Amino acid sequence: MDWYPLLNSLRIAALACALTFCLGIPAAYYASRLPRVVKGALDVVLTLPMVLPPTVVGYFLLLIFGARRPLGMFLTQYGIRFVMTWYGGVLAAATVSFPLMYRTARGAFEAFHEDLAYAGQTLGRSNTWIFWRVRMPACRSGILAGVVLSFARALGEYGATSMLIGYTPGKTATIATTVYQLWRTDNEAEAFFWVMINLIISAVVLILVNLLENPSQKEVRE
Amino acid sequence: MSLLVDIEKKLGDFSLKVDLEADKGITGILGASGCGKSLTLKCIAGIEKPDKGRIVLDGQVLFDSELHIDLPPQKRNVGYLFQSYALFPHMTVRQNILCGMGKDKSKTSKKEALARVVRLLSLEGTEQLYPGQLSGGQAQRTALARILVSGPKILMLDEPFSALDTHLRERLQIEMKSLLSDLDETVLMVTHSRDEAYHMCSRLAVMDAGRLQDCRETKNLFGDPVSICAARLTGCKNIAPAVKKGDYLVEIPDWGICLTTASPVKDGLKAVGIRAHYFNAKTDHNSFPVLFTADMEEPFEWVLEFRYPDQAPDTPSLWWRIPKDRVPGQRPKTLGIAPANVLLLYE
Repeated sequence: MDWYPLLNSLRIAALACALTFCLGIPAAYYASRLPRVVKGALDVVLTLPMVLPPTVVGYFLLLIFGARRPLGMFLTQYGIRFVMTWYGGVLAAATVSFPLMYRTARGAFEAFHEDLAYAGQTLGRSNTWIFWRVRMPACRSGILAGVVLSFARALGEYGATSMLIGYTPGKTATIATTVYQLWRTDNEAEAFFWVMINLIISAVVLILVNLLENPSQKEVRE
Repeated sequence: MSLLVDIEKKLGDFSLKVDLEADKGITGILGASGCGKSLTLKCIAGIEKPDKGRIVLDGQVLFDSELHIDLPPQKRNVGYLFQSYALFPHMTVRQNILCGMGKDKSKTSKKEALARVVRLLSLEGTEQLYPGQLSGGQAQRTALARILVSGPKILMLDEPFSALDTHLRERLQIEMKSLLSDLDETVLMVTHSRDEAYHMCSRLAVMDAGRLQDCRETKNLFGDPVSICAARLTGCKNIAPAVKKGDYLVEIPDWGICLTTASPVKDGLKAVGIRAHYFNAKTDHNSFPVLFTADMEEPFEWVLEFRYPDQAPDTPSLWWRIPKDRVPGQRPKTLGIAPANVLLLYE
């Protein structure tokens, strides 16, 4: 039994999720403070990967990072190649799942009651302290929802991934591409096995989220 | 302990112009919602930036547009009690209060300060609760405790009682007033309720459409509002344009009557106001026939609407408010007003 697709899928999803968190939270925070018109324009750009077919996203990624493209050639000099490598899968999954993180977190930041930040300021607390100790915890459920959604989306990524990194067993194979490959080659039983694996992971993630919700917090909200 | 504010700010069509001095004791700003009361507090706290002017607290310049001084809220030492109390929802009462203390304090002194303020504000037993589990009064006291431990030079209260139920409100006003007088702080409070303002504030300023008018002794302001807007905000129901007819005589064309006054009428009179409580069926002063048109029963008072026979048809009826135990068996034919109760309004 070759467990590589499971390992590969998990590390791609985890890294992609971490990447979207680091980029999506600041983007969401700054976008939530922008004037309406600018925000609308920025929204279109940052949300496009969610509405475009993943294959189109993959096409654009190949346009940018392809081996014969300027950026691709430049990166190759330093030994970084996103095409046909497993970490190319991180790039593809992060691109596709970014809008989910950005939009959910932005919604949470916009719903934040600004008086809480002002209260922190008049109490002498720094803006950094307020961000990490008040704003982020107060927006916690929205941000957590963004993390889960983008992780789940990254785990299920197929289109952009197969465009950018293809399917090489033991190198770039993920659960999603493996299922397709096995089905295509009439290996129905094994395909079903991987489908079940995927189902279990998704269910575990969702259960974890429910457990993470602090009981005392729930009480407060009720 | 003194606050000096002289600022201007434009926000679209709205313009704010505030000139205010506050000393020890409770100074109030009375105004309808949207008149710029909260904006004034936010400018003092450094949350909003005025276009120009000067804010000085205890000799320290917080803002000066000419000297380009604009201290961040963190450096202003201003205690701001928000209308919603702005307690951090994910922290317990204890953690919320600790947020008000600087990092420089040692652990033991923090503990002592916490115990002291918890006792002072009767928050014993709530330390481990989250804001969502507190009653309105407890939440208010927690927010106040958090502010007090930060050692502010001035306390600013933004509609402090508006989030509370009516039956709690009056009791908490009494509690808050005695607490604040014990603390001996400079307090600036904004409210839209004239009862609250009258009860809490020793000095009062009236705010209308972004303009803050002269700040005076509260009783003085209620007794002689001088401006139409102050008369209305302090609860005067009957206001009509008036013309000076003599040194102690004014004509009110809308009502079709002339009234004698106790104090001399100055030039530039705009209107007169008569509080609904001050009509009297028994007096001979300023007594005129009246026609009752409608009445409204309140728990302890009657509000009787009436018109003067020669009153202009498209003007509102007048209000007479009378305690139930003093309502005459028969509606009186005439109503009078003591000359001292005719409020002369000049602006």
